[in-house]
Amino acid sequence: MSPLLRWSLMFALGCLTLAMILALARLLIGPRAQDRVLAFDALYLEAMLVILALGLVYRSSSYFEAALLIALFGFVGTTAMSKFLLRGEIIE
Amino acid sequence: MTTAAPFWVDALTAVLLVLGGLAALIGALGLLRLGSFWQRVHAPTLGATLGTWCFALATAAQVSFARGQPFVHALLIPLFIALTAPISTIFLTRATIFRERVARRARAD
Repeated sequence: MSPLLRWSLMFALGCLTLAMILALARLLIGPRAQDRVLAFDALYLEAMLVILALGLVYRSSSYFEAALLIALFGFVGTTAMSKFLLRGEIIE
Repeated sequence: MTTAAPFWVDALTAVLLVLGGLAALIGALGLLRLGSFWQRVHAPTLGATLGTWCFALATAAQVSFARGQPFVHALLIPLFIALTAPISTIFLTRATIFRERVARRARAD
């Protein structure tokens, strides 16, 4: 791996770590439930980006499937929580 | 994955990674700093669109040159996010509208 690629990967991972910390702060301080769900939505997206970057670091394509699964289940989780906020129950 | 990619592929990947990381960081900063929920709901979409597309294109470029054949599966992720992120945002904003209406009615009574 060339030094340019290595440093850009480290920079991107640092940015994503900082972004996850900021989203976690919003998750903890978020005044209402919908703010917390929004922060959780951002948090799973950033975790998915971290896994994509780790797939480039370790040169393995199985990280890609993990990222796809996180994208899938994150959407399901956010939709279920929004439905819970709307109705008070998920499956009616 | 043994052959080294040419320099321009590494440079393209580096630009895409830096851009995607900065987009995710700016989105999270907006999520933390903006004032109300209706302003905050816009911020993370920066990471969901620009960040995801940049990372997936970087992955596609690197893996394509490492394998010697086009690897477009990585673009499934941003396509999927582009389909699902508006749906979850609409659900969340509808829930917020409902909850604010309930809270206003409870305050009025």
